[in-house]
Amino acid sequence: MITYEFLQQYWWFLIALLGGLLVFLLFVQGGNALIFLAGKNEQERELIINSTGRKWELTFTTLVTFGGAFFASFPLFYSTSFGGAYWVWILILITFVFQAVSYEFQSKAGNLLGKTPFRIFLTLNGCLAPLLIGTAVGTFYTGSQFVVDKGAVGNIAAPVISRWANNWHGLEAVAEPFNVAFGLMVMCLAITLGALYLINNIDNDKLSAQLRRSLMASFGGFLVMLLYVVYNLLTMEGFAVAADGQIVMESGKYLHNFLQMPVVLAMFLVGAVLLVAGVAMTLLKKEFNRGIWLAGPGTVLAVMALFMIAGYNNTAYYPSTMDLQDSLTLANSCSSQFTLKTMAVVSLIIPFVVAYIAYFWRQMDKKSLTTEELKNADKY
Amino acid sequence: MVESALVDWSRLQFALTAGYHWLFVPLTLGLAIIMATMESVYVVTGDEFWKKTAKFWIKIFGINFAVGIATGIILEFEFGTNWSNYSWFVGDIFGAPLAIEGILAFFMEATFFAVMFFGWDKVSKRFHLAATWLTGIGAAVSAIWILIANAWMQHPVGMEFNPDTVRHEMVDFWALVLNPVAISKFFHSVFSGWMTGAIFVIGISCWYLLKKREVRFALASIRVAAIVGIIGTLAVMLSGDSSGVHVAKYQPMKLAAAEGLMDGGKRAPFSIVPGVEVPGVLSILATHDIDGYVPGINNLLDGYTTPDGKAIPSAEEKIARGEEAIKAFGQYRTLKDSDPAAAAEAREILDKNIEYFGYGYIDSRDELVPPVGLVYWAFRVMVGLGGALLLLMFVVLWAEWKKRLADIKWLQWAALFSIPLVYIAGQAGWIVAEVGRQPWVIEGLLPVKAAVSSVSVGAVQTTFFLFVAIFTLFLVIELRILTKAIKKGPEIDKQ
Repeated sequence: MITYEFLQQYWWFLIALLGGLLVFLLFVQGGNALIFLAGKNEQERELIINSTGRKWELTFTTLVTFGGAFFASFPLFYSTSFGGAYWVWILILITFVFQAVSYEFQSKAGNLLGKTPFRIFLTLNGCLAPLLIGTAVGTFYTGSQFVVDKGAVGNIAAPVISRWANNWHGLEAVAEPFNVAFGLMVMCLAITLGALYLINNIDNDKLSAQLRRSLMASFGGFLVMLLYVVYNLLTMEGFAVAADGQIVMESGKYLHNFLQMPVVLAMFLVGAVLLVAGVAMTLLKKEFNRGIWLAGPGTVLAVMALFMIAGYNNTAYYPSTMDLQDSLTLANSCSSQFTLKTMAVVSLIIPFVVAYIAYFWRQMDKKSLTTEELKNADKY
Repeated sequence: MVESALVDWSRLQFALTAGYHWLFVPLTLGLAIIMATMESVYVVTGDEFWKKTAKFWIKIFGINFAVGIATGIILEFEFGTNWSNYSWFVGDIFGAPLAIEGILAFFMEATFFAVMFFGWDKVSKRFHLAATWLTGIGAAVSAIWILIANAWMQHPVGMEFNPDTVRHEMVDFWALVLNPVAISKFFHSVFSGWMTGAIFVIGISCWYLLKKREVRFALASIRVAAIVGIIGTLAVMLSGDSSGVHVAKYQPMKLAAAEGLMDGGKRAPFSIVPGVEVPGVLSILATHDIDGYVPGINNLLDGYTTPDGKAIPSAEEKIARGEEAIKAFGQYRTLKDSDPAAAAEAREILDKNIEYFGYGYIDSRDELVPPVGLVYWAFRVMVGLGGALLLLMFVVLWAEWKKRLADIKWLQWAALFSIPLVYIAGQAGWIVAEVGRQPWVIEGLLPVKAAVSSVSVGAVQTTFFLFVAIFTLFLVIELRILTKAIKKGPEIDKQ
């Protein structure tokens, strides 16, 4: 029987899946963060840009679809977070907007600014987008200051339902070390994935050696942040939904979520193992270049698990520290049963979409990218 | 109190983003068809000339495409950042088409765009052709879903208000998808894209003719573009006609504003420009009947009786009933746990007046009238330019048919200078559609002032000017890059 509760859980699963895929695809951003760090000369930089440049639209589209799916399934999050944490989302958007045009513009005659500024935009988006998205997701565990009063619609003079309770409008998230660490973790992860992707996608020994050095550094940073985040996550108080629907603080809530949902714990552990294996094998074996195909799926699994402990098992996924009872839960922020059901039917085409993307990805990437190809073929 | 400055700046910001977005989207929609047609000719005939011709326009397509994406992502998220109350109040309905757009259309565009650009030597000829078509089809499919969403705001259908969750909830998905307004809007917008693409290609090709360069390429491009453009423009006119009937039926105030019609009636005249009227034509356009009744602004404000005897209440009565609905909503919320009987009574009053809910936020009848001058002139600019451009394309195609186009200089100049005109026509069209429905974000249900986010005016002003700077920078760069690429040309003659 497809109940309302099942549909809410199903849609949170899809949000988690899209979130996981998005973080995996942030390898585009991570790769761009390395344009100047790993690319030492024009030829190498061009290789990096053209390698990520053939995938950036997938990342971009996944971000847009993540937003659209959140809107369709949990609209109260859309209105509360986007309208409230205004500046964070605007900053994220602006970095993506610059990224969207930079590929096409950077090497074209008449681009007004020259090559380098556009490449700097790509690099900035490469670092800032994962950092900011990660910091924003950190607040899923630490909470934000907002109030929600649906009855406000009855107040003709002030009908706004969701209100942010400070004037920082989201920027205050950086005052919480956990959020920043979460952001840095996602940023280092994106760079790690970026390096792994480029090692796999580009056939150039010298660049590959440089990328391996970047990989070591970013992965080191990632591990430090991961340990900090996981330690805090397992020991912090979490926002639990009690049997009577009240939101209460529960110490060790996220640890309990892992333990009470062994499948989610397994996903997280398997994901972490795959990620570490992908990186370790790449670093240990010079000729091994398929690390991204271990670390990528590993990332999807681990990120999904993090979303699941934020929303499943009676947890408020977008908590309000202003008024606990205003926290967003799957049940109080979701769309109607009819809409969730309709959209669930629509979601059945997702495997088909993934399949054709994978098919064309393979078609396009049968051969790794070389300087030779860039000389002869169309490029950015 | 929601400040009126906040509403104005939020609207201005959305208008800016949407306006810029619509500078890039129509060319994407139209050019896609033209270049895919050219590539089809290449695949069928095997003539390398057509491959090079298609490749040149694909290159232009790519330069334009990126900025469309950049402005598009801002639009999507602005529903949340700047219209957060809207996002909850109707998110149950509005979010669905947006998500479907992403899943169904954007991935298609993203995947096949990369194949189209970089796959010439990686996939077979036919596969590549399929990718080019699918990029264009993806763009059209994305237009379907966003226009379904937009049409729902103009003519909300398939939903019910739920006072417990305080939002409108979808009850009929197919009513939303098959909304007649959505269907005419889709054809009207997508075919106006064909028109834009065609005028763009014809104009640029005529520039080559003026320069006596790339003549074969230019004439071939013109043939394809003029045919696509004429089909597109005729379809724009047909869908525009059904749009007119829908507006008359569902948004009579928009129609009255677009016509500057103060007092309506039967055999309503169509105003060509102020003072020049054709009797009865507005009735024909709005109702497909010369004796059809078209209400004017005063009728709509004072209330009137339709020919079939239905009494339309006055502005004051609608506002009073809206206030009653909102009051009953408040009572229902307060009483539903403590006094179910009284709550049920309040619910009944709410349900009885729900269709006027949004009017409860309106302060005076003046607020219900959109800016007449702007909508009136935008409508004339759109229709006038549309007609002129159609004529131009016919003349161009005729001249090319007679093998004389390469010699008629004035026609080449006219085609070149028509490029900005087709963009002005497109922008004017959206002004009619969006300014014409003020003060409503959702017709009758939610006015703009009850839909905005609770952010400071300063914050919205900051992002507004930031976006102005960014979009303008992108536009300038795009124009420069396009100009350089066009000056360089496809270089077919040299090869």
